[in-house]
Amino acid sequence: MNNFEFTRPSSPQTAEDLRVEVRAFLSEALKDRTLAQQAQTWNGYDAAFSRSLGARGWLGMTWPKKYGGQERSALDRYVLIEELLAAGAPVSAHWFAERQTGPSILRFGTQEQREAFLPRIARGECYFCIGMSEPDSGSDLASVRTYAKRTDGGYVVNGTKLWTTNAHRSDYMCLYAKTDTKSEDRRGGASQFLVDMKTPGIKISPIPFLTGEHHFNEVAFVDVFLPDNALLGTEGQGWSQVTSELSFERSGPDRFLSSFAALIGMVQRAGPSPTPAQAAAIGRLVAHLAVLRQMSRSVAAMLEADLDPSLQAAMVKDLGAVLEQEIPDIARRVFPSRPGIGASDDLDATLAYLIQHAPSFSLRGGTREILRGIIARGAGLR
Amino acid sequence: MSKPENAVLDATERLFLERCGDEVLASANAGSWSGEFWDELAAFGLPMALVSEDQGGLGLSMGDAYGIAQLCGQFAVPLPVVETMLANWLLTLAGLPARDGPQCLLFEGLSVINPTGGRRLVGTCPTVPWGRNCAPVAWVQDAELSYVVALDKSQGEVAEGINIANEPRDALTIDADMTGQNVAVCAVDPALTERCAALRCVQMAGAMATIGEMSIAFAMEREQFGRPLAKFQAIQQSLAVLAEQVALASVAAQMASGAVSASSVQTLAIASAKARVGEAAGDVAATAHQVHGAIGFSEEYRLHYFTRRLWSWRDEFGNETSWFEQIGRAIAKAGPDRLWSELTEI
Repeated sequence: MNNFEFTRPSSPQTAEDLRVEVRAFLSEALKDRTLAQQAQTWNGYDAAFSRSLGARGWLGMTWPKKYGGQERSALDRYVLIEELLAAGAPVSAHWFAERQTGPSILRFGTQEQREAFLPRIARGECYFCIGMSEPDSGSDLASVRTYAKRTDGGYVVNGTKLWTTNAHRSDYMCLYAKTDTKSEDRRGGASQFLVDMKTPGIKISPIPFLTGEHHFNEVAFVDVFLPDNALLGTEGQGWSQVTSELSFERSGPDRFLSSFAALIGMVQRAGPSPTPAQAAAIGRLVAHLAVLRQMSRSVAAMLEADLDPSLQAAMVKDLGAVLEQEIPDIARRVFPSRPGIGASDDLDATLAYLIQHAPSFSLRGGTREILRGIIARGAGLR
Repeated sequence: MSKPENAVLDATERLFLERCGDEVLASANAGSWSGEFWDELAAFGLPMALVSEDQGGLGLSMGDAYGIAQLCGQFAVPLPVVETMLANWLLTLAGLPARDGPQCLLFEGLSVINPTGGRRLVGTCPTVPWGRNCAPVAWVQDAELSYVVALDKSQGEVAEGINIANEPRDALTIDADMTGQNVAVCAVDPALTERCAALRCVQMAGAMATIGEMSIAFAMEREQFGRPLAKFQAIQQSLAVLAEQVALASVAAQMASGAVSASSVQTLAIASAKARVGEAAGDVAATAHQVHGAIGFSEEYRLHYFTRRLWSWRDEFGNETSWFEQIGRAIAKAGPDRLWSELTEI
C-alpha cells in the first residue's frame, strides 16, 4: 500500500498572500452572481471574466515569463483555482486551455507553438476544447477511430468527436487522433494536434444537455487538412502525452467543489442557531471537504516535487465525485426543499441545477469504474 | 505517516514487529495484562516519549509521538502506551515529575470539593483505558483553577469493564486528598478531549493500514472458482474503495497530528479528522470482513484484533455525530460568507 502514500502538504507564504488578493478581487467581480450561477463553477462561461483574470497574470501563472507566464509555483496556482471554484467564478472559457492544453504545449510543443499559443492563453484570449471522446470511444480512449492521414505538407483528418465541451465557442481544439491504423499496440499510433476550429471541413453540432443547456457538441471532420505544424509533440506518442497530464486533471479542487454552492445554501438556511441534525449534516460535509482538500493539496505538492501521484490523483477524483454527488441529496433531506429551475429560493434553485448535473461528476475526466480499476492495479490486484 | 520518520519510530516499529505478535494479542484478548511486553516498552522509553531528555524522557515532538500512536494502531498494541505518554506530558506540563509505570487519564466525572480538612478530588470517571492496571493522572477544574493530580493505583475503586475489542475500559471512583505534593495548578487548558481524540484518530488510521494490507494480501492468495479473488472485478472495485479509505484516514491522521502542538490544539481540524476517520472505520471493517469471508470472523484469525478496535475507537472521545455537530455549530455561527475561509483554515 506504500504506492498510496500522501506527503504532508504545505502552503507557501506567496500562496497565502495570493489568496487574500484573489478573495478581494472576487468579492467585487462576482458580487451580483446568484448561488445557482455559482453552482455552474467550471461550466460558467464568461470571456470578459477570463480576460480579467489574464490581465492580472492569473492564467498560466506557472509558465515561463517569456511565454506570458509569471513563473509562480503550482501551489500558488492551486490556491487561485480553489478560490475561483469556491466562489463559483465562471471559468469555463479558458478552463481547458489553461489547465490542460497550455501545459501540454509547454511540455511537448515546438518553440513556434509555444510563442503562438501560450501568451494568448495567458491573456485569456485563446480558448481550447478537447477532442477525445467519440461515438464509439468513451472510457476506452484507445479505440478512437478518427484518422489523421499523412499527406503532402500535413495531414488529412476524417472522423467524429463527441461530447466536446465548448467546441462551439473555442478557437482551437486539442485533437486526439490515430496517425497509424496498423499499430500492433492498440494504444499506439495516436497523435495530438492543435486544430484551428475555422478550418474548412469541420462541422459543429450541439448535443443539448438534459436541461437543454448547450455545452456539449459533436464535431465532424470531413477531409480536414492540418498543416505539419499542427502536430503537438511526437507523431505516435499521443497516448503517453495524454496520460502524462492525467494527474493534473484528476486531483484538483474542481474534483470535489462542484457542489460547494449547495453547502453555502445549507449554511444560509441553517442560520446562526442550527438544529443538532442540521449542524451535524453541515459539519459532516465540512469534515469530508477538509480531508479531501488536504489530499488534493498533497497531490499538488507531489506534482510540484516532480513525483508521480497518479494513483493518489485517481483516489481524490473518485472520493471527490462521491462527495459532490452526496451533497445535494443531503441538502434536500436536511433542509426540506422544492428544487425548481430558476426558483426564487437560493437553495431550491441551486439544488435544481446540481441534482441534474450530478450524474456527470463521476463520469467526466475518468469514470468511477475506470478510476477504481486504476487504484486496484496500483494495489497489485490486476 | 505510514513510514517511520526518525530513528525512534524506526526502532519502535522493529520492537512491535518482534514483540507484538499473535501470542501477545491473544493473551490480551483473553484478559491478561501483557506485563513483559510493557516492561520492554518501558525500558525502551515509550511511556516517557513526550518528556524532555533532561527529565529522563525521549524528548519527542508531538508529531513524532503521533507516529508512535500510528504504530500502536498498526500493531494493535494491547497496552496503554499513548495514554501513558499523554499522562506524563500532562504531569510535566503542570510541573510534576513524570512516572515510569502505566498510567491513565481522568478528566470526566470528577470534581473538587472543599470540606474542612482541605480540598478533595471526588467522582467517578467512566471507561478509563486499563484503569485496573494504571496509576491515574486526573485533570479537574473548580470555579477558579484547574489542577493536575497524580494518584496512586490504589487510590481508585475500580469497576471493571471492557470495550468491543476486550480492551479494559474501567470506571474509576476517586475520593482523594488534594493537599499533598502530588497536586499542581495547571495554568493552561490541556485540551485533553481533543488530544485523546486525535490520538485515537491516528491509531485508527494505523489499524486501517494493517487491515488494508491484510485484505489485499488475502485477495491475492485465496482462490475460488479457479482463480484468486483479486482477479474478480467486483472484488477489485471494493478493495479500491477500501484503499481510498485507508489513504484518506492516513491523510486525516496527518491533519490531526498537525493540529496538536505542545501549547495548543486546533479543534476543528481534530474534529474533522476524528469524525471522518470514524466514519470510514465502519466501512473499512465491513469491506475487510466481506473480502475475507468466514475465516475473517474466526477467533484464531488476526483480522478481528484490528476491526474490533476500529468499532471501539470510533466511539471513544467523541463519535462522528458529536464532532460533526461541533463543526456545524462553529460554521453556522461564522455564517455562509465565512464558510470557505473557515474551511481553508482547518
